[in-house]
Amino acid sequence: MHSPMEQFEIKRLLDLRIGSLDASYTNSALWMTIAVILAALLFVYGMRQRALVPGRLQAVAELGYEFVASMVRDNVGNAGKKYFPFILTLFVFILFCNVLGLVPYSFTPTSHIIVTFSMAIVVFIGVTIIGFARHGLHFLEFFVPKGVPAWLLVILVPIEVISYFVRPFSLSIRLFANMLAGHTMLKVFGGFVVMLGILAGWAPLAFIVALTGLELIIAFLQAYVFTILTCLYLNDAIHMSH
Amino acid sequence: MDASAAKLIGAGLATIALAGVGVGIGNIFGSFVSGALRNPEAAPRVFGNVLLGFALTEAVALFALVIAFMILFVF
Repeated sequence: MHSPMEQFEIKRLLDLRIGSLDASYTNSALWMTIAVILAALLFVYGMRQRALVPGRLQAVAELGYEFVASMVRDNVGNAGKKYFPFILTLFVFILFCNVLGLVPYSFTPTSHIIVTFSMAIVVFIGVTIIGFARHGLHFLEFFVPKGVPAWLLVILVPIEVISYFVRPFSLSIRLFANMLAGHTMLKVFGGFVVMLGILAGWAPLAFIVALTGLELIIAFLQAYVFTILTCLYLNDAIHMSH
Repeated sequence: MDASAAKLIGAGLATIALAGVGVGIGNIFGSFVSGALRNPEAAPRVFGNVLLGFALTEAVALFALVIAFMILFVF
């Protein structure tokens, strides 16, 4: 019997080494490429007619665009317009990676922590730079809550600093752990179907069908959560809500 | 006690975090239902926030899962 963790194994498809750097084209990279190509097709091919009354593909593309646009508008305001292309790209890429991972025999790039962590660290560093560029050294006041007695600041400032630096970790582990747990659970129940055989295997099979629906919701929800938290962090940096 | 037995106990202990997550998810949906019964018109507007809260709470359970996996497979 295969182990449920086997699906996360990274295989080299094309061996490519630059000096001591291993830049092989792996199955993870392959599925990321597929996600990017499909997303580009959806937006370029779907919007090519620019019809006033949208067709089906154009309606999907417009829906996705408007969904992220309203998210940025509500959470960051007008100052966030500049960063909208990045946030839309982030959302669409994560969504396509998550949903394509549900296709049988495919691979989920977002189930590897290095992929999600590199996205989260880009967001974190970018947001910090934006904060310092906008407010200069006043951005450090972000760590000092207002209207708090001085003796309490001794405790609160370290807590604020720690919670700020934990952000990229919680952001990346949330996405990666959701994908990892969901796919492992599907495989474990798949194992139950094989073990119980043709007599009692129907019960876990029906459960897998329901779980796949749940995983589809989770795939969308985690892309949404990642993007909305990016918006909230951006809002913190631009408007310094503390 | 040998190390492999301690590993299994540790991974089991890591799942205690699920108690808190159960309280949290129950609280989210319980509050949503009681709020929705008081003011049914406002219910669809906050449902997005409910799902966001659910996803954030569920992630805490998955942090515990990651710790359990790390205990079992990494060390």
